[in-house]
Amino acid sequence: MSKVSLTLAVFWLAMLAMSVGRAAEVKTAVLRVDRVVGPPISRLDAPPADLGFAGAMLGNEDNRTTGAFTGIDYTLKTLAVVPAEAVSALEALKAEGIGLVAVVAEGDILKALAERAGPDVLLFNAGARDEALRDADCRPNVLHVSPSRSMLSDSIVQFLMWKKWTRVLLIHGSHPEDRLLADSYRKSAAKFGAEIVEEREFEDTGGARRTDTGHVMVQKQIPVFTQEAEDHDVIVAADEAGVFAPYLPYHSWDPRPVAGSAGLRPVSWHAAHEAWGATQFQGRFEKLAGRNMREEDYQAWLAMRVIGEAVTRSGKADPASVRAYALSAEFELAAFKGQKLTFRSWNGQLRQPILLTDGRVTVSVSPQDGYLHQHSPLDTLGIDAPETACQAFGG
Amino acid sequence: MARFALALLPAALLFAAPAFANKVFVTNERGNSVTVLDSQSWEVITTFPAGNRPRGITISPDGKELYVCASDDDTVRVFDAETYKELHTLPSGPDPELFALDPSGNPLYIANEDDNLVTVVDVRTRQVLAEVPVGVEPEGVAVSPDAKTIINTSETTNMAHFIDASSYKIVHNVLVDQRPRYAEFTSDGKKLYVSSEIGGTVSVIDMSATEPTIAKKISFAVPGILPEWLQPVGVKATRDGSRIFVALGPANRVAVIDAATDEVLDYLLVGQRVWQMAFTPNEEFLITTNGNSNDVSIIDVKAEKVIRSVQVGEQPWGVVVTPD
Repeated sequence: MSKVSLTLAVFWLAMLAMSVGRAAEVKTAVLRVDRVVGPPISRLDAPPADLGFAGAMLGNEDNRTTGAFTGIDYTLKTLAVVPAEAVSALEALKAEGIGLVAVVAEGDILKALAERAGPDVLLFNAGARDEALRDADCRPNVLHVSPSRSMLSDSIVQFLMWKKWTRVLLIHGSHPEDRLLADSYRKSAAKFGAEIVEEREFEDTGGARRTDTGHVMVQKQIPVFTQEAEDHDVIVAADEAGVFAPYLPYHSWDPRPVAGSAGLRPVSWHAAHEAWGATQFQGRFEKLAGRNMREEDYQAWLAMRVIGEAVTRSGKADPASVRAYALSAEFELAAFKGQKLTFRSWNGQLRQPILLTDGRVTVSVSPQDGYLHQHSPLDTLGIDAPETACQAFGG
Repeated sequence: MARFALALLPAALLFAAPAFANKVFVTNERGNSVTVLDSQSWEVITTFPAGNRPRGITISPDGKELYVCASDDDTVRVFDAETYKELHTLPSGPDPELFALDPSGNPLYIANEDDNLVTVVDVRTRQVLAEVPVGVEPEGVAVSPDAKTIINTSETTNMAHFIDASSYKIVHNVLVDQRPRYAEFTSDGKKLYVSSEIGGTVSVIDMSATEPTIAKKISFAVPGILPEWLQPVGVKATRDGSRIFVALGPANRVAVIDAATDEVLDYLLVGQRVWQMAFTPNEEFLITTNGNSNDVSIIDVKAEKVIRSVQVGEQPWGVVVTPD
């Protein structure tokens, strides 16, 4: 930023502070929409009550610390509702004058919220992975801090190519979101030159996920399910619904590594990550929340920090100005991933490295070395500008 | 050390400007040790244990006491610079990474990343004199040449905080680019250089104006290196006010900057992931720590050339040289 624009930002901050006769207030919220689902396969994955909220609280604290020096006050409201109440909850936030809202919800709900929000509200998608929301169904009032399915599947396939594990057995679930994820893996394989040698569908036949019989039946079922597959180097699991993937490692007929929804997983964040100053960040979060940081927390933190940076640098806090600054070439955010994060101006997606984890450590970080791009190696992950069907961003 | 220098005197007399051998102390972040080098022969003299995850390192003006941030021990360890024995520890607050010593040798200003504080510690009484609340994740610390102002950079707030050294109150804040890591004054105190690791820039702050303002932002470009990897970390200014050296992290380069124009003149290839730097007292040499190649590079300051590299411990991070 030049000296002139910096001086201007300071001026605007002063104006912002003066305009209300005291410290100016930037009102933000997190709206989490919880669908009723059964317990996860692993009880370690059970969502905490403050999922996403705690991350946003840390981001808000960070903004408030900065605000103490710039005369800007940040407030955060957190709200968890069921899908039927999502739209009225957003209306209530609007009525309170809150125009900057991070949303942790599934794609169809986010779409409905974006329709209702109108141009005076800026939503930050801190949950949904759906490609369509970044593509043909993109909305001008939604910025995506959560990575898309294609960013995640590209991250995994780049790593498989680096390992020369190019023959993939793709096992996907029977839910719509599983099929979308499987499609994303097909496209990633075609993009980077991996071969899906065979596909199998693991049908969700219902039933309780928790039984007293435990692992005994799984140990018999999975080898049978995976036997006589075409020769493959790796199993990729597409199981967003969380029905079967964690059962694949160690149980497959052929001894092969598993990636995707189990084994080596692509994530926006995980609690063991320590590089690039992340240790202190994890420590601050754990002190605040009393638990480990989840992806939704990191994404909600990102949403708050995008708001904080835009307000601090532009000196303006209205949703339109925050959006304009976030999408501008001036915007950049340090977020413990080793390089600055910026937005794709053509669809509002935050560019970010994806961590690949086995659940214990950071195994690798994509994009992998050698995947080059004319603008940013981060654009080797996910839909790129020439392919986008998003119209709402003037693309 | 005096005896050692005396023994070398006949040889030194052959040169126009006699150089005395000094000790170079390098913290090895992963090795949990400090490597000691001889600044004339560049041989390793010894290596001694320095606590867990030693990073920032500095030395008292009389050259007797060595201060090491043992980050994972949440303390600053004080060593005898002659015997390498640990004398005592200083209360630093959790996870100390970088600090700066007042030019008089007391007090020590320590950045505490976990607590958003700069801790002021009396190195004689070992008492905490003050805790100054600053931005999120304080990192770099510098003291102005007149010792009146302490600078702290906060990595997530992205500011350089100007702290009055008598009242311990923040008097100015200057917004810089993402993840500011290091601050360095020119010897006349008129300019302050702040490196932003993720922003990829060095902000030049004019200290002669009525209040500190950014006069310029220096950016970097090296053919064949992705812009994302040009990550400025350590900064050093020559005493004569002619040159600024900037360590560029994973770009494996040190940028040479004309301090009059603040234009980049050259990039010197050093070891991998260059973190911090230190001059020998006469500023004949600049030593860089290279975290991923386990060595230090020695730069001939006048020639602006790397003359050699020396293997040290695992993942070198900080460096300091004994004064004459």
